Amino acid sequence: MYCPKSEKRKSFLIILPIMIVLFIFIYGFIGWSIKVSFSAWDGIIRNNDFVGFANYKELFTFRRFPVDIWNTIFFTLLFMIVCITGGFILAYMIYSGMKAEGLFRTIYMFPLAVAFVISGVLWRWILAPETGINLLFRMMGFSAEFSWYVSTKHIGPFNIALISLVIAASWEYLGYTMAMFLAGLRAIPQQVIESAKIDGAGKLRTIFSIILPQIKPIVFSAMIVIGHVSLKIFDLAYAMTGKGPNFVTDFPGLYMFETTFRGNHYGEGAAISVFMLLLIAVIIVPYLVSTFKGEE
Amino acid sequence: MKKMLSIALLALCIPAFVFAAGSSEMASAEPSNEIEIFSWWTAGGEADGLDALIKVFEEKNPNLELINSTVAGGAGTNAKAVLATRMQGGDPPDSFQVHAGHELIDTWVVSDFMEPISFILEDNGWQDSYPQDVIDIVSYEGEVYSIPVNVHRSNVLWVNPKLFEKYGLEFPVTIADFFKVAKVFKANGVDALALGDTNTWPATQLLANVILAVAGPDKYLELWNGTCRWDDPSIVSALETYVMVLDYVNSDHAAITNMDAGGYVAEGKAAMNVMGDWIAGYYDSQNYVYKTDWDWVPFPGTNGEFIMLSDSFGLPKNAPNRDNVIKWLETCGSKDGQDAFNPIKGSIPSRTDCDTSKYSPYLQDAMADFATNRILPSVAHGAAISESWVTKVHDIVNEFTTLKNVDSAVKSFQATADKYAPMK
Repeated sequence: MYCPKSEKRKSFLIILPIMIVLFIFIYGFIGWSIKVSFSAWDGIIRNNDFVGFANYKELFTFRRFPVDIWNTIFFTLLFMIVCITGGFILAYMIYSGMKAEGLFRTIYMFPLAVAFVISGVLWRWILAPETGINLLFRMMGFSAEFSWYVSTKHIGPFNIALISLVIAASWEYLGYTMAMFLAGLRAIPQQVIESAKIDGAGKLRTIFSIILPQIKPIVFSAMIVIGHVSLKIFDLAYAMTGKGPNFVTDFPGLYMFETTFRGNHYGEGAAISVFMLLLIAVIIVPYLVSTFKGEE
Repeated sequence: MKKMLSIALLALCIPAFVFAAGSSEMASAEPSNEIEIFSWWTAGGEADGLDALIKVFEEKNPNLELINSTVAGGAGTNAKAVLATRMQGGDPPDSFQVHAGHELIDTWVVSDFMEPISFILEDNGWQDSYPQDVIDIVSYEGEVYSIPVNVHRSNVLWVNPKLFEKYGLEFPVTIADFFKVAKVFKANGVDALALGDTNTWPATQLLANVILAVAGPDKYLELWNGTCRWDDPSIVSALETYVMVLDYVNSDHAAITNMDAGGYVAEGKAAMNVMGDWIAGYYDSQNYVYKTDWDWVPFPGTNGEFIMLSDSFGLPKNAPNRDNVIKWLETCGSKDGQDAFNPIKGSIPSRTDCDTSKYSPYLQDAMADFATNRILPSVAHGAAISESWVTKVHDIVNEFTTLKNVDSAVKSFQATADKYAPMK
């Protein structure tokens, strides 16, 4: 694209302030965290002595951090599966001419306007053993109980209690993925679907062979959005269950907060946040690479 | 037109930078007639108590203007993070609330952020007004570093008298008694001990009580200063007892808070609960009747011992209004100040010469014990050990309470003691 030199300089000047801010407050502080994570800083007073990977090793001497990583993996997977399949089903229902579409769209989108802290408190009341649905069931005479809310049961490294967090988080984000899919569905040329129909394709066949391939990029971006929300999860777990008994609902974000700002273990806290950065990079970097490839 | 727009945009950015530069200058203000008090007393009896204390201060110092900076959040978790940022950034409040003991000493005194204030006690002739155990808890290398405003007790067993009467039982005095009554309650389908450890520290507090009861006060103190090891037979036996106690707790303990658990006792859903004595204030506020709906005994096996925690105020170095802080601390330490604050907050004064008639019946009992018992620092509330250590202890307790594996708990506890105990 042609761009005169004076225009180039002007556009550079315009983005310069934001670049400076970005480099100082994002990349500068990421670098600072990495430096702190290799230092002996344990207490209020800064200690810059280089200790290599000691802080990282310390993280793995206790059970808490490995459990956090497993929790993050399972939570992310479940959250993604529920939001993407659920979001697609909702979007497809609206797309295929549901009545009162506007109303349902609003209902599904509404939870997104609620902050995670608030939905955390709401779902705590709903799912806690002594209140909410359990009380409702008891009043109706059922003895069954949703006791997995802070249950310490686990299947291998998967903690049952995570299910309650997945429910709360999905309630919040289903509408979002639905909106993404709906936009994608509406962009599919009607002729393609009609010609598939004429060729004798059934509903399922159309979905799997025509619609899904068409909206693949949207599935991909929905995964990125959901993935980075769940990797950074803090407020929902903090308000809803906390770290839970035996850390069944603990996440690196909670651990980082407690380690750094309650225990003043700054070096260890920085090590946790660097670890979180790496986890997020695993998802984001391939996405960026593929986007750049697409642009070329 | 475009040029104009870009210049306008750039111009918009300038005030942001100027503002950022300006705020750092504001921090080093001249001494004034203001004083900023930083605390996490934002609600209920705590906030009302603080207001009463401030009133006493303002009556004594009508020309000073007190700025009440509070940060909400249970046990000061959020306030402490804000405080750390301000202290490290060289912008300390004039005086701040801090748990007396190692939370104050290890975090702020050792790192040289505080000024010793022994002179306030001397100038006011208060050397003998506080129990020596209390002075020891707020001192470091012979100097006093904060004025304790109140005292809470954390080795209290709260009981439901109606349930005890129903099954013809006496309040337990020893650990053996505890198990005896707990068995009866369990056999009758009543939760013997209510626990609400969703925030973990109530479990740590229970464990500390069991350690004191089983291993005794000397071992208790040695354990937390690092001279007694965790594999000592008496400590291992205490951990085993803790596991046995857990057999009698409510099944939903991990999902509820300490206040919920306290409520279970007054409502008759559970027979006993171990909690600090702020729960007495909660019972009063809910109109539960003392001796009818709830009663108390020292935690079984800890009769004659008083595990204390205390909120205190100190003097940070570089406090903008040092002279005013000294006046504030004199109010906090005075009989008037303590008698204004504590009956409302639901705690007892740290002095032993206060006016008992102003306090509720439970608090009067606690004051009598405080004056005669052996006073020990609390673990779960920053008095006995540093914040660095206690966060690790909470993590181990959380795992131990669920997995009940004594051997691995001993190893983990000892590993953190090796790192954080003052005398390893």
